[in-house]
Amino acid sequence: MGEPILSVRDLETFFRPDEGIVRAVDGASFDLYPGRTLGIVGESGCGKSVTARSILRIVDHPGKVERGEALLRRGDGRIVDLVAIDAKSAEMRDIRGGEIGYVFQEPMSSLSSFHTIGNQVVEAIRLHRAVSAKEARDRAIELLQLVGIPRPEQRVDSYSFELSGGLRQRVMIALALAAEPRILIADEPTTALDVTTQAQILELIRKIQADRNLAVILITHDMGVIAEMADSVSVMYLGKVVESGPVDTIFHAPRHPYTQALLRSIPSVLAEPRSRLTTIAGSIPHPYARPPGCPFHPRCQNFMPGTCDRSAPPVTRLDPEHEVRCFLYEAPAEAVA
Amino acid sequence: MTTEQIVLSVEGLKKYFPIRRGLLRRVVGNVKAVDDVSFKIARGETLSLVGESGCGKTTTSRCILRAIRPTAGAIQFRTDESRNVNVADMTRTELRPLRRQMQMIFQDPYSSLNPRMTIADIIGEPLLVNGMGDLTARRLRVAELLDVVQLPLAYMNRFPHAFSGGQRQRIGIARALALNPALIVADEPVSALDVSVQAQIINLMLDLQDRLGLSYLFVAHDLSVVKHVSHRVAVMYVGRIVEVAPTAALFRSPKHPYTEALLSAVPVPDPRQRARRIVLEGEVADPARPPPGCAFHPRCRYAIERCRVEAPPLVESEDGRAVACHRAEELDLSGVVG
Repeated sequence: MGEPILSVRDLETFFRPDEGIVRAVDGASFDLYPGRTLGIVGESGCGKSVTARSILRIVDHPGKVERGEALLRRGDGRIVDLVAIDAKSAEMRDIRGGEIGYVFQEPMSSLSSFHTIGNQVVEAIRLHRAVSAKEARDRAIELLQLVGIPRPEQRVDSYSFELSGGLRQRVMIALALAAEPRILIADEPTTALDVTTQAQILELIRKIQADRNLAVILITHDMGVIAEMADSVSVMYLGKVVESGPVDTIFHAPRHPYTQALLRSIPSVLAEPRSRLTTIAGSIPHPYARPPGCPFHPRCQNFMPGTCDRSAPPVTRLDPEHEVRCFLYEAPAEAVA
Repeated sequence: MTTEQIVLSVEGLKKYFPIRRGLLRRVVGNVKAVDDVSFKIARGETLSLVGESGCGKTTTSRCILRAIRPTAGAIQFRTDESRNVNVADMTRTELRPLRRQMQMIFQDPYSSLNPRMTIADIIGEPLLVNGMGDLTARRLRVAELLDVVQLPLAYMNRFPHAFSGGQRQRIGIARALALNPALIVADEPVSALDVSVQAQIINLMLDLQDRLGLSYLFVAHDLSVVKHVSHRVAVMYVGRIVEVAPTAALFRSPKHPYTEALLSAVPVPDPRQRARRIVLEGEVADPARPPPGCAFHPRCRYAIERCRVEAPPLVESEDGRAVACHRAEELDLSGVVG
């Protein structure tokens, strides 16, 4: 796989509103490689979107990246720590869009209704590349064509509200790719879309990734989309990456009780009609009322009183690519050392 | 299905929304949101209406509950006095006693509960409105209902903001059950919930159906969820039903090319089954200007000349299936195999 293009270590992003503290991301680590897709999966409040926003340094107030590093290998070979540089600096602005493209969750609200889609793409291009207005417009048309927008020469002058949800998401992808980034972060890119449109968009991301050797971070709550797209997977729960590994391992040999329970509880088109699902007891705690110790322990079938509710489990490496954060797998030898 | 068993029978339902233009607001066309839809639901049965946004599934359910007045067609409902009444052209006053017998579970558990009312008041409101029992009797019934949806009695005096999405959906279900309805229309009841909570609500709905003999009209876009709840499934495309079949048969061997494409587009939660999916070209047709012939023909890989000119009728076969496709007999379509 070679060198990772992005290496995130022990990332922590907290929100400190007046009411208390929310540990939105509480120690996330992963590596991203060119041409590969990392899936980050979890339910609401697990911190998957905040992780992405932390990397881009666009966390909303009162959130702050507190600790950790996010080492980006830039196009010219330099390695920069995205956590250490100023979020408003010229370099960070250059990295956003220029090195890392970002596709937001809601194509409806992320596009301007006051500018034509062409002008929005042109702006994204000229922000990062010194090209003339004419060249930029031609590039914009090419990009719209690339993302599968029919009649791009005409559509370039239309407004986002004139387009369907699927076409808007294609425009979002065109925008993210405008400055030819080497990393694409797609945050729930298909959640608002119908299933046949979702299939089109996933296919498009796959095709562009293959053409450009893009590294992709795909953030979703949908295990089906992960199974379909990801090479490796990080499963998050309440700010923690509880398990990470190759996609086949996560689906066929999951170790963390949360991953196991989550996989059993998802409805599947392969199931027997009218079969009951295995449930996870309780519901996701409110972020202010985060359980002590392992955040999953109140819902966990393997809960060990006195252990799981006392301290947070360390990361155990089961094999070079498979890591789990659970006391069940804590190696005694390592605990002493 | 014998006539006594049928709770709801929809025949030729149409709902057109006029498009008005110009100074005189003249009608220049119609959005045919629901165009000649027919189906039946038996006692204790779940029929799912599936399809993509704009296919008319929600409009159909709103017509049945008479939240809106249908343009044409009959909606025969069997009341608990075993009379058959046509809900489609009833007045508001005539509808009132029937409302008890058809209830609704909403999609968004956050906006469908009044934040200023306690849980007891929310669940008890249908009883109050229908003048059933005194305060004590109503409290008892609310307690019973909380038990049915597996919520602690202590929650009775709390307000909705204190609850998670799953708990709120349980409250919504308790409220829908308050008046012992025969039919429950559930419009995307689990799509706003997290996966781990979704499973709890699906199981609860299945259990309640078995215990209380409820009939469900389940409106959903998620075929995985649909597989877990339905006895039969009706697939809609641009205002029409294109296929109806028992759940297992529909998933195993779809007869309509649109059903096949829908099934193949569903991501399967198993990386070893990465599908060679059928990616449909283009977009769902505009119901204001549906294409001539079969509305699906511009996106159909099996379309022939006939599909472009002649709309296929929904043809029933003896095995309880029905399909609207000229080529249904000759095509061998693939479904999902578990």
